[in-house]
Amino acid sequence: MGKGEGVAAEGVFAYATLLSVSKLTKLFGSFAACDGIDLDIRPGEIHALLGENGAGKSTLVKMLFGVLAPTSGSIVWNGEPVRIASPAAARKLGIGMVFQHFSLFEALTVAENIALSLDEKLPLARIAERASELSQAYGLPLDPHAHVADLSVGERQRIEIVRALLQNPQLIILDEPTSVLTPQEADRLFETLFKLRSEGRSVLYISHRLEEVQRICDRATVLRHGKVTGACDPRQETPASLARMMVGAEVAHVSAAGTTTRGDVLLEARHLSAAARTPFAVSLKEICLKVRAGEVLAIAGVAGNGQGELFDALSGEYPVQAEETVQIRGKAVGREGINARRLMGAGFVPEERHGHAAVSVLPLSDNLVLARYWSDRKAFLSGPLGIIRSGAVRMAARRICDVMDVRKSGDDPAAGSLSGGNLQKFIVGRELDRQPAVLVVNQPTWGVDAGAASRIRQALVDLAKAGSAVLVISQDLDEIFEVATEIAVISEGRLSDAYPAGALTREKIGLLMGGLQGKTEATDAH
Amino acid sequence: MGIFESILLTIATAATPLLIAAIGELVVERSGVLNLGVEGMMVMGAVCGFAGASLAGSPWIGLLAGVAAGAVFSQLFAVLTLSIATNQVATGLSLTLLGLGLSGMIGEPFVGEAGEKLPSLFIPGLSELPLVGRLVFGQDPIFYLSVILALVTAWFLFRTRAGLTLRSIGDNPASAHALGIAVIRYRYLAVLFGGACAGLAGAHLSLVYTPQWVENMTAGRGWIALALVVFASWRPARVAAGAYLFGGVTIGQLHAQALGFGIPSQLLSALPYLATVVVLVMMSRNKRLMMVNTPASLGRPFVPER
Repeated sequence: MGKGEGVAAEGVFAYATLLSVSKLTKLFGSFAACDGIDLDIRPGEIHALLGENGAGKSTLVKMLFGVLAPTSGSIVWNGEPVRIASPAAARKLGIGMVFQHFSLFEALTVAENIALSLDEKLPLARIAERASELSQAYGLPLDPHAHVADLSVGERQRIEIVRALLQNPQLIILDEPTSVLTPQEADRLFETLFKLRSEGRSVLYISHRLEEVQRICDRATVLRHGKVTGACDPRQETPASLARMMVGAEVAHVSAAGTTTRGDVLLEARHLSAAARTPFAVSLKEICLKVRAGEVLAIAGVAGNGQGELFDALSGEYPVQAEETVQIRGKAVGREGINARRLMGAGFVPEERHGHAAVSVLPLSDNLVLARYWSDRKAFLSGPLGIIRSGAVRMAARRICDVMDVRKSGDDPAAGSLSGGNLQKFIVGRELDRQPAVLVVNQPTWGVDAGAASRIRQALVDLAKAGSAVLVISQDLDEIFEVATEIAVISEGRLSDAYPAGALTREKIGLLMGGLQGKTEATDAH
Repeated sequence: MGIFESILLTIATAATPLLIAAIGELVVERSGVLNLGVEGMMVMGAVCGFAGASLAGSPWIGLLAGVAAGAVFSQLFAVLTLSIATNQVATGLSLTLLGLGLSGMIGEPFVGEAGEKLPSLFIPGLSELPLVGRLVFGQDPIFYLSVILALVTAWFLFRTRAGLTLRSIGDNPASAHALGIAVIRYRYLAVLFGGACAGLAGAHLSLVYTPQWVENMTAGRGWIALALVVFASWRPARVAAGAYLFGGVTIGQLHAQALGFGIPSQLLSALPYLATVVVLVMMSRNKRLMMVNTPASLGRPFVPER
């Protein structure tokens, strides 16, 4: 990249700050998404922008990239005050952006996607050539002629990065880049970022993952409720102090103390097997588990080892052949559907918030009715025609939001307008509101900020303490150790025995995840 | 002129308006806009084309009037769906209903008037060649225009930067906006092009196909064009194949009715629709190809975030 060296030599370093933002404010109606933000980015640094969901990070970077127009405040780039009117203007200045929700076109090829973001008009073949050169140079292998629809999330992110790099930017903004990556893919991304820094380019790295920020970032600016609450060197801070700046209070530590394994068995799987429904699904093999009143059983495992399939079988979303393999409160329900199981006092929270647990375009109250119209028919519907009692529904929705501290704009907003953490709090709260005797949750805090995650975990533990049986399926070991009374590990559709949480180490769980079953011969012991 | 040659000629004449209207709608839908008003724009093109020709005394002026009528009419749809973000399905349906009513009113004085047919091309020597002469060198000018239109549209969509941009908007307008593409402006132009094409197709009906004005003379061809676009999985070559298949079966069944094979005439009349749908459904069985070609944002209003 000859041009890249040129940039450094021509005097990016002439200014102590590459980008200086002062008093930047964005109002949506009367709501200040960003409220007087100050931010300085120096040449050749990886600068973290920390904050919980809804803190204003995305709004801020959209203003820096010209997608949103600031209400007031100023932006100084390389010593010059600038107005960034459009993404094209931002790119011309030398600002590149990798979006959190990829701005890619699935129906188009990699090269076509890249061509669209280039302001100069080059023939496609030339673009494909330059893209593969660049992707080689930065260790981001890509086939320029592949259709985006066929690529993995990691590969899609590479397109975004290569696309940004083709503009030869001085500043690259990455919005939550690792939230969709495996640990290995994330490591590869970090190497690319270090290489960019060594070339004198700056990176604005948006994240709420503290370990990551401490590992790779030189400086950090922390946002909360649209305001800057701290600017620091993340390596001088502890995760707890960073979290305090982000959340504004100590993040409550969750502990499973007080849960017990001495209650009656409320949820049981007996040699539960299910064939894979699609070529990419995992089949469940002879799964045995017992969840007792008063305990949280956590199931650990690497993604794609049958967690979703197990959830489907336990919830009845896809009933199984053998009635007796799933038991809720001592009754065989294997062939029953989800509503029959809900009527028996069970509650279920699936993994995907949008499109599965909630309909994004519908308001919270409608989402509440959709989930509970059958199990709470008397409360929410009236008469034989099932007319929705909107007053009662709205009141229940408000109650759930209050109990779970769901932050929203307006009284009854669309589910899609809530941040991930807040929507998840609502979805979990929606089930907790029924005081279910059995609760099965899949990835309860996936992509949720620290404050919301802590709140959800505490609610799960509290439910168990109140005498319910709680099953948590999670990939997050921190979460598992916080909430679990007992831990089992799922690997390739098989479930290990359950061990008391205190008796397990991370290493042991790692071995179980790798498929070393550690399963006693006598599964009958269950 | 042999019977075979004359059949081929009528097939081309029957297929041309479908091809033009469908190519226009294809461009509109590739930008993510579903304009169900094709029938309405087409019938407006037909009546204004005929009226223009009759008043100015020149079918050429009529042709221009038809194109202009379709284009202007389409902008009504564009303002409503793009600037005010109304529901595209409802707005498109209203456009069709409005077009059918309005055209009846405009056409009132012209009912029963004999029109002047747009002259066919005639090149001495070439047009008199046996078999291919009339077919290749002796058609009406709109036929040639339709062929050029299909070729240029295919080239534009898949070989030019602007075509790529248009396709990207149809796939994901939010991402396109984030890249700084003027989504709404592109969509306005696409709808304008679609309207002009529908107007041209209508003018073909009243100036070439049957040079006169009859109320509702489009007879559902706008709807066929819409269906063609979908079943042809938004690809110009397949749209052309579908249009000619439809034209071919239409003419073929007319001859079959004349010969009287003892098949109920209603069944034969339904045959073109049936055959086109069956063939195109079979052609669009490739799921992956469908996915890559279907404009993912089709019919969804887009309001840029500001």
